[in-house]
Amino acid sequence: MSLIAAQNLAVRLGGREVLHSVALSIDPGEIVTIVGPNGSGKSTLVRALLGVVPLAQGKITRKPGLRIGYVPQKLHIDPTMPLPVGRFLSLPDRQSTARMTEVLGRVGVPDVLAQDMTTLSGGQFQRVLLARALLSRPDILILDEATAGLDQPGTASFYRLIEDVRRELGCAVLAVSHDLHVVMSASDRVICLNGHICCSGAPHVVRDAPEYRALFGHGTGGALALYQHEHDHDHDHDHDHEEHAHAG
Amino acid sequence: MLDDFLLRALLAGLMVALAAGPLGCFVVWRRMAYFGDATAHAALLGVALALGFALNLYLGIVLVALAMAMTVSALAGRGWAMDTTLGVLAHSALACGLVAVSYLPGVRVDLTSYLFGDILAVSRADLAVIALGAGAVLALLVWRWRALLTATLSEDLAHAAGINPARERLVLTVALAIVVAVSLKIVGALLIAAMLIIPAAAARNLARGPESMALGAIVLGGLAVWGGLQLSLAQDTPSGPSIVVVAAGLFLATTLGRALLQKRSTR
Repeated sequence: MSLIAAQNLAVRLGGREVLHSVALSIDPGEIVTIVGPNGSGKSTLVRALLGVVPLAQGKITRKPGLRIGYVPQKLHIDPTMPLPVGRFLSLPDRQSTARMTEVLGRVGVPDVLAQDMTTLSGGQFQRVLLARALLSRPDILILDEATAGLDQPGTASFYRLIEDVRRELGCAVLAVSHDLHVVMSASDRVICLNGHICCSGAPHVVRDAPEYRALFGHGTGGALALYQHEHDHDHDHDHDHEEHAHAG
Repeated sequence: MLDDFLLRALLAGLMVALAAGPLGCFVVWRRMAYFGDATAHAALLGVALALGFALNLYLGIVLVALAMAMTVSALAGRGWAMDTTLGVLAHSALACGLVAVSYLPGVRVDLTSYLFGDILAVSRADLAVIALGAGAVLALLVWRWRALLTATLSEDLAHAAGINPARERLVLTVALAIVVAVSLKIVGALLIAAMLIIPAAAARNLARGPESMALGAIVLGGLAVWGGLQLSLAQDTPSGPSIVVVAAGLFLATTLGRALLQKRSTR
Protein backbone atom coordinates (compact mmCIF):
# COMPACT_ATOMS: atom_id res chain seq x y z
CA MET A 1 0.00 0.00 0.00
CA SER A 2 1.26 3.46 -0.80
CA LEU A 3 2.28 5.79 2.01
CA ILE A 4 0.42 8.78 0.75
CA ALA A 5 -1.80 9.21 -2.27
CA ALA A 6 -3.67 12.07 -3.87
CA GLN A 7 -6.61 11.60 -6.22
CA ASN A 8 -7.94 14.18 -8.62
CA LEU A 9 -6.63 17.00 -6.45
CA ALA A 10 -7.61 20.62 -6.98
CA VAL A 11 -6.59 23.57 -4.80
CA ARG A 12 -7.79 27.16 -5.04
CA LEU A 13 -5.98 29.98 -3.30
CA GLY A 14 -7.64 33.37 -3.25
CA GLY A 15 -10.00 32.39 -6.08
CA ARG A 16 -7.17 31.27 -8.35
CA GLU A 17 -6.90 27.62 -9.25
CA VAL A 18 -3.35 26.67 -8.30
CA LEU A 19 -3.60 22.93 -8.81
CA HIS A 20 -6.03 20.79 -10.76
CA SER A 21 -6.43 17.09 -11.58
CA VAL A 22 -3.32 16.09 -9.68
CA ALA A 23 -2.96 12.39 -8.91
CA LEU A 24 0.09 10.87 -7.35
CA SER A 25 1.07 8.21 -4.89
CA ILE A 26 4.31 7.44 -3.13
CA ASP A 27 5.36 3.93 -2.18
CA PRO A 28 7.59 2.98 0.75
CA GLY A 29 11.27 3.66 0.08
CA GLU A 30 10.66 5.55 -3.16
CA ILE A 31 12.40 8.82 -4.02
CA VAL A 32 10.08 11.15 -5.87
CA THR A 33 11.07 14.59 -7.05
CA ILE A 34 8.56 17.26 -8.02
CA VAL A 35 9.96 19.87 -10.38
CA GLY A 36 8.25 22.88 -11.81
CA PRO A 37 8.86 26.55 -12.51
CA ASN A 38 8.06 29.28 -9.98
CA GLY A 39 4.35 29.52 -9.35
CA SER A 40 3.66 26.03 -10.65
CA GLY A 41 2.06 24.95 -7.37
CA LYS A 42 4.92 22.79 -6.04
CA SER A 43 4.81 24.14 -2.52
CA THR A 44 1.02 24.18 -2.55
CA LEU A 45 1.03 20.49 -3.48
CA VAL A 46 3.33 19.71 -0.56
CA ARG A 47 1.19 21.77 1.78
CA ALA A 48 -1.92 20.00 0.53
CA LEU A 49 -0.26 16.63 1.20
CA LEU A 50 0.61 17.80 4.72
CA GLY A 51 -3.00 18.86 5.23
CA VAL A 52 -2.27 22.58 5.57
CA VAL A 53 -4.29 23.92 2.65
CA PRO A 54 -7.93 22.95 2.13
CA LEU A 55 -8.75 20.99 -1.01
CA ALA A 56 -11.23 22.35 -3.52
CA GLN A 57 -11.66 18.88 -4.93
CA GLY A 58 -10.26 15.37 -4.65
CA LYS A 59 -8.90 13.55 -1.65
CA ILE A 60 -5.69 12.57 0.03
CA THR A 61 -5.20 9.22 1.70
CA ARG A 62 -2.39 8.61 4.13
CA LYS A 63 -1.35 5.23 5.46
CA PRO A 64 -2.74 5.05 9.00
CA GLY A 65 -0.11 6.13 11.53
CA LEU A 66 2.11 7.59 8.81
CA ARG A 67 5.06 9.49 10.28
CA ILE A 68 6.11 12.45 8.16
CA GLY A 69 9.50 14.12 8.52
CA TYR A 70 9.01 17.55 7.03
CA VAL A 71 11.87 19.85 6.10
CA PRO A 72 10.46 23.26 5.13
CA GLN A 73 11.97 25.64 2.64
CA LYS A 74 12.71 28.09 5.40
CA LEU A 75 11.67 28.58 8.96
CA HIS A 76 11.43 32.01 10.48
CA ILE A 77 12.11 31.98 14.20
CA ASP A 78 10.92 35.14 15.84
CA PRO A 79 13.84 36.75 17.69
CA THR A 80 11.58 37.20 20.72
CA MET A 81 11.67 33.44 21.25
CA PRO A 82 14.90 32.07 22.76
CA LEU A 83 15.26 28.60 21.27
CA PRO A 84 18.32 26.39 21.70
CA VAL A 85 18.79 23.67 19.07
CA GLY A 86 18.16 20.94 21.65
CA ARG A 87 14.80 22.44 22.58
CA PHE A 88 13.84 22.79 18.93
CA LEU A 89 14.63 19.13 18.24
CA SER A 90 12.40 18.12 21.16
CA LEU A 91 9.32 19.66 19.56
CA PRO A 92 6.72 18.34 19.71
CA ASP A 93 8.05 15.06 21.17
CA ARG A 94 10.73 14.93 23.83
CA GLN A 95 14.01 13.40 22.64
CA SER A 96 16.90 12.12 24.70
CA THR A 97 20.12 14.13 24.60
CA ALA A 98 22.00 11.03 23.47
CA ARG A 99 19.77 10.54 20.46
CA MET A 100 19.77 14.22 19.55
CA THR A 101 23.57 14.27 19.69
CA GLU A 102 23.72 11.14 17.56
CA VAL A 103 21.41 12.50 14.87
CA LEU A 104 23.10 15.92 14.84
CA GLY A 105 26.41 14.11 14.34
CA ARG A 106 24.87 12.09 11.51
CA VAL A 107 23.80 15.21 9.63
CA GLY A 108 27.19 16.84 10.15
CA VAL A 109 26.54 19.44 12.85
CA PRO A 110 27.70 17.62 16.01
CA ASP A 111 28.35 20.60 18.27
CA VAL A 112 25.32 22.85 17.98
CA LEU A 113 23.01 21.27 20.59
CA ALA A 114 23.22 24.15 23.08
CA GLN A 115 23.43 26.93 20.49
CA ASP A 116 20.48 29.23 19.89
CA MET A 117 18.73 28.58 16.56
CA THR A 118 19.24 32.17 15.44
CA THR A 119 23.04 31.84 15.65
CA LEU A 120 23.23 29.01 13.08
CA SER A 121 24.47 29.53 9.54
CA GLY A 122 22.15 28.74 6.63
CA GLY A 123 23.70 25.34 6.02
CA GLN A 124 23.72 24.43 9.72
CA PHE A 125 20.09 25.53 10.02
CA GLN A 126 18.93 23.25 7.19
CA ARG A 127 20.85 20.35 8.70
CA VAL A 128 19.18 20.94 12.05
CA LEU A 129 15.80 20.98 10.30
CA LEU A 130 16.73 17.66 8.68
CA ALA A 131 17.85 16.27 12.06
CA ARG A 132 14.50 17.21 13.55
CA ALA A 133 12.68 15.46 10.71
CA LEU A 134 14.84 12.33 11.18
CA LEU A 135 14.26 12.18 14.94
CA SER A 136 10.64 11.23 14.40
CA ARG A 137 11.84 8.09 12.53
CA PRO A 138 9.75 9.06 9.51
CA ASP A 139 8.20 6.75 6.93
CA ILE A 140 8.57 9.58 4.47
CA LEU A 141 10.78 12.66 4.33
CA ILE A 142 9.17 15.65 2.65
CA LEU A 143 11.62 18.32 1.50
CA ASP A 144 10.17 21.56 0.17
CA GLU A 145 13.07 23.17 -1.68
CA ALA A 146 15.07 22.50 1.43
CA THR A 147 18.21 23.87 -0.19
CA ALA A 148 16.76 27.18 -1.35
CA GLY A 149 19.06 29.23 0.87
CA LEU A 150 22.22 27.23 0.17
CA ASP A 151 24.94 27.77 -2.40
CA GLN A 152 25.81 25.19 -5.03
CA PRO A 153 28.33 23.11 -3.02
CA GLY A 154 26.05 23.34 0.03
CA THR A 155 23.10 22.11 -2.00
CA ALA A 156 25.05 19.23 -3.48
CA SER A 157 26.35 18.04 -0.13
CA PHE A 158 22.90 18.42 1.44
CA TYR A 159 21.35 16.17 -1.19
CA ARG A 160 24.20 13.67 -0.86
CA LEU A 161 23.45 13.58 2.85
CA ILE A 162 19.75 12.96 2.15
CA GLU A 163 20.64 10.06 -0.13
CA ASP A 164 22.90 8.50 2.51
CA VAL A 165 20.35 8.96 5.25
CA ARG A 166 17.61 7.51 3.10
CA ARG A 167 19.69 4.42 2.39
CA GLU A 168 20.20 3.92 6.10
CA LEU A 169 16.59 4.50 7.14
CA GLY A 170 14.85 3.12 4.08
CA CYS A 171 12.26 5.88 4.21
CA ALA A 172 10.56 7.36 1.18
CA VAL A 173 11.56 10.85 0.05
CA LEU A 174 9.38 13.46 -1.61
CA ALA A 175 11.53 16.38 -2.67
CA VAL A 176 10.45 19.57 -4.35
CA SER A 177 12.89 21.42 -6.53
CA HIS A 178 12.94 24.05 -9.20
CA ASP A 179 16.24 22.62 -10.33
CA LEU A 180 16.00 19.13 -11.78
CA HIS A 181 19.74 18.65 -12.07
CA VAL A 182 20.67 18.42 -8.42
CA VAL A 183 18.29 15.73 -7.27
CA MET A 184 17.85 13.97 -10.56
CA SER A 185 20.43 11.23 -10.18
CA ALA A 186 18.92 9.75 -7.03
CA SER A 187 15.24 9.99 -7.94
CA ASP A 188 13.21 6.93 -8.84
CA ARG A 189 10.56 9.11 -10.34
CA VAL A 190 10.28 12.74 -11.38
CA ILE A 191 7.00 14.58 -11.59
CA CYS A 192 6.94 17.69 -13.66
CA LEU A 193 4.32 20.07 -12.34
CA ASN A 194 2.77 23.20 -13.76
CA GLY A 195 -0.67 23.53 -12.19
CA HIS A 196 -1.24 19.95 -13.23
CA ILE A 197 1.13 17.05 -13.79
CA CYS A 198 2.68 17.64 -17.22
CA CYS A 199 4.71 14.48 -17.32
CA SER A 200 6.27 12.00 -14.97
CA GLY A 201 8.55 9.02 -14.99
CA ALA A 202 12.20 8.11 -14.62
CA PRO A 203 14.53 11.15 -14.59
CA HIS A 204 15.88 10.68 -18.11
CA VAL A 205 12.38 10.12 -19.48
CA VAL A 206 11.14 13.37 -17.99
CA ARG A 207 14.22 15.25 -19.06
CA ASP A 208 13.63 14.24 -22.66
CA ALA A 209 9.87 14.72 -22.55
CA PRO A 210 8.57 17.55 -24.76
CA GLU A 211 6.41 18.84 -21.84
CA TYR A 212 9.48 19.26 -19.67
CA ARG A 213 11.42 20.87 -22.48
CA ALA A 214 8.56 23.24 -23.06
CA LEU A 215 8.69 24.34 -19.43
CA PHE A 216 12.41 24.41 -18.86
CA GLY A 217 14.17 23.96 -22.17
CA HIS A 218 12.89 26.76 -24.32
CA GLY A 219 12.32 29.44 -21.71
CA THR A 220 15.36 31.66 -21.96
CA GLY A 221 18.58 31.27 -23.79
CA GLY A 222 20.40 30.54 -20.57
CA ALA A 223 18.07 27.77 -19.55
CA LEU A 224 18.28 26.25 -22.99
CA ALA A 225 22.05 26.25 -22.82
CA LEU A 226 21.90 24.60 -19.45
CA TYR A 227 19.57 21.95 -20.72
CA GLN A 228 21.63 21.11 -23.76
CA HIS A 229 24.80 21.03 -21.77
CA GLU A 230 23.29 18.50 -19.42
CA HIS A 231 21.89 16.51 -22.32
CA ASP A 232 25.25 16.22 -24.07
CA HIS A 233 26.80 14.49 -21.13
CA ASP A 234 23.94 12.14 -20.50
CA HIS A 235 24.44 10.40 -17.15
CA ASP A 236 27.26 12.49 -15.91
CA HIS A 237 26.02 14.27 -12.79
CA ASP A 238 29.11 14.89 -10.79
CA HIS A 239 29.35 18.01 -8.72
CA ASP A 240 32.02 19.98 -10.58
CA HIS A 241 30.04 19.57 -13.66
CA GLU A 242 26.95 21.12 -12.06
CA GLU A 243 28.86 24.20 -11.12
CA HIS A 244 30.25 24.54 -14.55
CA ALA A 245 26.80 24.25 -16.05
CA HIS A 246 25.43 26.97 -13.82
CA ALA A 247 28.35 29.27 -14.37
CA GLY A 248 27.74 29.04 -18.10
CA MET B 1 -6.70 35.29 57.07
CA LEU B 2 -8.13 36.73 53.85
CA ASP B 3 -9.69 39.58 55.80
CA ASP B 4 -6.76 41.82 55.08
CA PHE B 5 -7.54 43.69 51.85
CA LEU B 6 -3.85 44.09 51.11
CA LEU B 7 -3.26 40.36 51.28
CA ARG B 8 -6.24 39.76 49.00
CA ALA B 9 -4.90 42.33 46.55
CA LEU B 10 -1.45 40.76 46.54
CA LEU B 11 -2.84 37.24 46.07
CA ALA B 12 -5.12 38.37 43.24
CA GLY B 13 -2.24 40.12 41.51
CA LEU B 14 0.11 37.17 41.88
CA MET B 15 -2.47 34.78 40.46
CA VAL B 16 -2.98 37.01 37.45
CA ALA B 17 0.80 37.16 36.97
CA LEU B 18 0.90 33.35 37.08
CA ALA B 19 -1.45 33.07 34.09
CA ALA B 20 -0.43 36.23 32.25
CA GLY B 21 3.29 35.34 32.27
CA PRO B 22 3.25 32.27 30.01
CA LEU B 23 0.29 33.53 27.97
CA GLY B 24 2.12 36.83 27.47
CA CYS B 25 5.07 34.91 26.02
CA PHE B 26 2.82 33.52 23.30
CA VAL B 27 1.39 36.99 22.69
CA VAL B 28 4.96 38.25 22.20
CA TRP B 29 6.18 35.27 20.12
CA ARG B 30 3.17 35.38 17.83
CA ARG B 31 3.26 39.16 17.54
CA MET B 32 -0.24 39.41 18.93
CA ALA B 33 0.40 42.44 21.13
CA TYR B 34 -2.26 44.54 19.48
CA PHE B 35 -4.56 41.53 19.45
CA GLY B 36 -4.32 41.42 23.25
CA ASP B 37 -5.06 45.12 23.34
CA ALA B 38 -8.20 44.76 21.22
CA THR B 39 -9.49 41.93 23.37
CA ALA B 40 -8.80 43.86 26.55
CA HIS B 41 -10.47 47.01 25.28
CA ALA B 42 -13.56 44.98 24.46
CA ALA B 43 -13.76 44.02 28.13
CA LEU B 44 -15.39 47.34 28.97
CA LEU B 45 -18.22 46.55 26.60
CA GLY B 46 -18.53 43.26 28.47
CA VAL B 47 -18.85 45.17 31.74
CA ALA B 48 -21.63 47.35 30.31
CA LEU B 49 -23.53 44.36 28.91
CA ALA B 50 -23.15 42.38 32.14
CA LEU B 51 -24.46 45.27 34.22
CA GLY B 52 -27.22 46.07 31.72
CA PHE B 53 -28.52 42.51 31.53
CA ALA B 54 -27.74 41.65 35.16
CA LEU B 55 -25.29 38.96 34.12
CA ASN B 56 -22.29 37.85 36.08
CA LEU B 57 -19.58 40.45 35.46
CA TYR B 58 -16.83 37.95 34.69
CA LEU B 59 -19.07 35.94 32.38
CA GLY B 60 -20.00 39.08 30.46
CA ILE B 61 -16.36 40.03 30.00
CA VAL B 62 -15.28 36.53 28.93
CA LEU B 63 -18.08 36.36 26.36
CA VAL B 64 -17.40 39.76 24.81
CA ALA B 65 -13.61 39.25 24.87
CA LEU B 66 -14.07 35.87 23.21
CA ALA B 67 -16.36 37.34 20.56
CA MET B 68 -13.80 40.06 19.90
CA ALA B 69 -10.90 37.63 19.66
CA MET B 70 -12.85 35.34 17.30
CA THR B 71 -13.80 38.28 15.08
CA VAL B 72 -10.19 39.37 14.86
CA SER B 73 -9.02 35.82 14.07
CA ALA B 74 -11.66 35.44 11.37
CA LEU B 75 -10.77 38.77 9.74
CA ALA B 76 -7.06 37.97 9.92
CA GLY B 77 -7.74 34.68 8.13
CA ARG B 78 -9.31 36.59 5.25
CA GLY B 79 -6.18 38.60 4.61
CA TRP B 80 -7.20 41.96 6.05
CA ALA B 81 -4.38 44.30 6.98
CA MET B 82 -3.95 43.33 10.58
CA ASP B 83 -2.85 46.56 12.22
CA THR B 84 -5.65 48.59 10.65
CA THR B 85 -8.29 45.99 11.46
CA LEU B 86 -7.13 45.77 15.06
CA GLY B 87 -6.90 49.52 15.38
CA VAL B 88 -10.48 49.88 14.18
CA LEU B 89 -11.81 47.07 16.36
CA ALA B 90 -9.89 47.88 19.55
CA HIS B 91 -10.90 51.50 19.70
CA SER B 92 -14.44 50.90 18.49
CA ALA B 93 -14.92 48.33 21.23
CA LEU B 94 -13.55 50.68 23.85
CA ALA B 95 -15.70 53.57 22.62
CA CYS B 96 -18.82 51.37 22.42
CA GLY B 97 -18.13 50.20 25.96
CA LEU B 98 -17.81 53.76 27.25
CA VAL B 99 -21.01 54.83 25.49
CA ALA B 100 -22.90 51.71 26.62
CA VAL B 101 -21.91 52.28 30.24
CA SER B 102 -23.40 55.78 30.14
CA TYR B 103 -26.78 54.30 29.16
CA LEU B 104 -26.97 52.12 32.24
CA PRO B 105 -30.03 53.28 34.20
CA GLY B 106 -29.72 54.12 37.86
CA VAL B 107 -26.37 52.56 38.54
CA ARG B 108 -23.58 55.00 38.80
CA VAL B 109 -20.70 53.03 37.45
CA ASP B 110 -17.26 53.91 38.63
CA LEU B 111 -15.58 53.97 35.25
CA THR B 112 -12.08 54.58 36.52
CA SER B 113 -12.06 51.32 38.45
CA TYR B 114 -12.74 49.43 35.21
CA LEU B 115 -10.35 51.49 33.12
CA PHE B 116 -7.46 51.50 35.57
CA GLY B 117 -8.26 48.64 37.92
CA ASP B 118 -9.12 48.61 41.59
CA ILE B 119 -7.00 45.88 43.07
CA LEU B 120 -7.56 47.06 46.63
CA ALA B 121 -11.30 46.38 46.27
CA VAL B 122 -10.84 42.69 45.45
CA SER B 123 -13.38 40.71 47.48
CA ARG B 124 -13.20 37.09 48.59
CA ALA B 125 -15.61 36.16 45.80
CA ASP B 126 -13.41 37.98 43.28
CA LEU B 127 -10.42 36.11 44.63
CA ALA B 128 -12.16 32.78 44.09
CA VAL B 129 -13.05 33.67 40.49
CA ILE B 130 -9.53 34.91 39.77
CA ALA B 131 -8.03 31.74 41.26
CA LEU B 132 -10.33 29.61 39.15
CA GLY B 133 -9.68 31.56 35.94
CA ALA B 134 -5.92 31.87 36.37
CA GLY B 135 -5.67 28.21 37.40
CA ALA B 136 -7.65 27.12 34.35
CA VAL B 137 -5.48 29.16 31.99
CA LEU B 138 -2.25 27.89 33.54
CA ALA B 139 -3.46 24.28 33.36
CA LEU B 140 -4.55 24.76 29.74
CA LEU B 141 -1.16 26.20 28.77
CA VAL B 142 0.81 23.48 30.57
CA TRP B 143 -1.34 20.77 29.01
CA ARG B 144 -1.00 22.11 25.45
CA TRP B 145 2.53 23.50 25.88
CA ARG B 146 4.40 21.43 23.28
CA ALA B 147 1.64 21.66 20.71
CA LEU B 148 1.33 25.41 21.29
CA LEU B 149 5.08 25.92 20.90
CA THR B 150 5.20 23.85 17.72
CA ALA B 151 2.23 25.64 16.19
CA THR B 152 3.74 29.00 17.15
CA LEU B 153 7.02 28.09 15.49
CA SER B 154 5.46 26.98 12.21
CA GLU B 155 1.96 25.90 11.24
CA ASP B 156 3.38 23.64 8.54
CA LEU B 157 5.66 21.82 11.00
CA ALA B 158 2.68 21.44 13.33
CA HIS B 159 0.55 19.92 10.58
CA ALA B 160 3.32 17.50 9.64
CA ALA B 161 3.49 16.38 13.28
CA GLY B 162 -0.27 15.82 13.42
CA ILE B 163 -1.04 18.99 15.39
CA ASN B 164 -3.92 21.19 14.28
CA PRO B 165 -2.71 24.82 14.51
CA ALA B 166 -6.28 26.15 14.35
CA ARG B 167 -7.10 24.28 17.55
CA GLU B 168 -4.01 25.69 19.28
CA ARG B 169 -4.96 29.19 18.17
CA LEU B 170 -8.37 28.63 19.73
CA VAL B 171 -6.72 27.52 22.98
CA LEU B 172 -4.79 30.79 23.09
CA THR B 173 -7.88 32.83 22.21
CA VAL B 174 -9.90 31.28 25.02
CA ALA B 175 -7.00 31.71 27.46
CA LEU B 176 -6.69 35.34 26.44
CA ALA B 177 -10.39 36.02 27.04
CA ILE B 178 -10.18 34.45 30.52
CA VAL B 179 -7.04 36.38 31.46
CA VAL B 180 -8.64 39.62 30.30
CA ALA B 181 -11.69 38.92 32.45
CA VAL B 182 -9.74 38.13 35.62
CA SER B 183 -7.23 40.97 35.14
CA LEU B 184 -9.81 43.73 34.72
CA LYS B 185 -10.06 44.39 38.45
CA ILE B 186 -6.29 44.25 38.87
CA VAL B 187 -4.90 46.54 36.18
CA GLY B 188 -7.97 47.78 34.30
CA ALA B 189 -9.04 47.51 30.66
CA LEU B 190 -6.50 50.00 29.37
CA LEU B 191 -3.48 48.22 30.85
CA ILE B 192 -4.28 44.50 30.66
CA ALA B 193 -2.16 44.11 27.54
CA ALA B 194 0.74 45.62 29.48
CA MET B 195 0.54 42.81 32.06
CA LEU B 196 0.77 40.32 29.20
CA ILE B 197 3.54 41.91 27.21
CA ILE B 198 5.90 43.74 29.56
CA PRO B 199 6.85 40.86 31.91
CA ALA B 200 7.31 38.53 28.92
CA ALA B 201 9.43 41.11 27.08
CA ALA B 202 11.52 41.68 30.21
CA ALA B 203 11.98 37.93 30.67
CA ARG B 204 13.23 37.62 27.08
CA ASN B 205 16.34 39.48 28.16
CA LEU B 206 17.19 36.85 30.76
CA ALA B 207 15.95 33.60 29.20
CA ARG B 208 17.81 30.90 27.29
CA GLY B 209 14.75 28.88 26.28
CA PRO B 210 10.99 29.22 25.93
CA GLU B 211 10.26 27.56 29.28
CA SER B 212 12.67 29.75 31.21
CA MET B 213 11.18 32.80 29.50
CA ALA B 214 7.69 31.79 30.67
CA LEU B 215 8.93 31.22 34.23
CA GLY B 216 10.81 34.51 34.13
CA ALA B 217 7.66 36.31 32.99
CA ILE B 218 5.77 34.86 35.96
CA VAL B 219 8.46 35.93 38.44
CA LEU B 220 8.87 39.41 36.95
CA GLY B 221 5.08 39.85 36.73
CA GLY B 222 4.80 38.84 40.39
CA LEU B 223 7.54 41.31 41.33
CA ALA B 224 5.72 44.05 39.43
CA VAL B 225 2.49 43.31 41.30
CA TRP B 226 4.25 43.37 44.67
CA GLY B 227 6.27 46.50 43.87
CA GLY B 228 3.28 48.25 42.32
CA LEU B 229 1.17 47.64 45.42
CA GLN B 230 3.89 49.06 47.65
CA LEU B 231 4.19 52.08 45.39
CA SER B 232 0.42 52.53 45.35
CA LEU B 233 0.25 52.39 49.16
CA ALA B 234 3.21 54.64 49.80
CA GLN B 235 2.39 57.31 47.24
CA ASP B 236 -1.38 56.91 47.06
CA THR B 237 -1.16 56.28 43.30
CA PRO B 238 -3.72 54.21 41.33
CA SER B 239 -2.82 50.54 41.74
CA GLY B 240 -3.07 49.32 38.11
CA PRO B 241 -0.82 51.97 36.58
CA SER B 242 1.60 51.58 39.52
CA ILE B 243 1.99 47.86 38.78
CA VAL B 244 2.63 48.60 35.11
CA VAL B 245 5.15 51.33 36.01
CA VAL B 246 7.14 48.82 38.09
CA ALA B 247 6.90 46.25 35.28
CA ALA B 248 8.27 48.85 32.86
CA GLY B 249 11.11 49.53 35.30
CA LEU B 250 11.93 45.82 35.37
CA PHE B 251 11.92 45.73 31.57
CA LEU B 252 14.32 48.65 31.45
CA ALA B 253 16.60 47.05 34.04
CA THR B 254 16.79 43.66 32.27
CA THR B 255 17.29 45.31 28.90
CA LEU B 256 20.16 47.42 30.20
CA GLY B 257 21.60 44.41 32.05
CA ARG B 258 21.56 42.34 28.89
CA ALA B 259 23.17 45.09 26.84
CA LEU B 260 25.95 45.45 29.43
CA LEU B 261 26.55 41.69 29.52
CA GLN B 262 26.76 41.49 25.74
CA LYS B 263 29.16 44.38 25.62
CA ARG B 264 31.40 42.69 28.15
CA SER B 265 31.34 39.36 26.33
CA THR B 266 32.23 40.89 22.99
CA ARG B 267 35.23 42.68 24.43
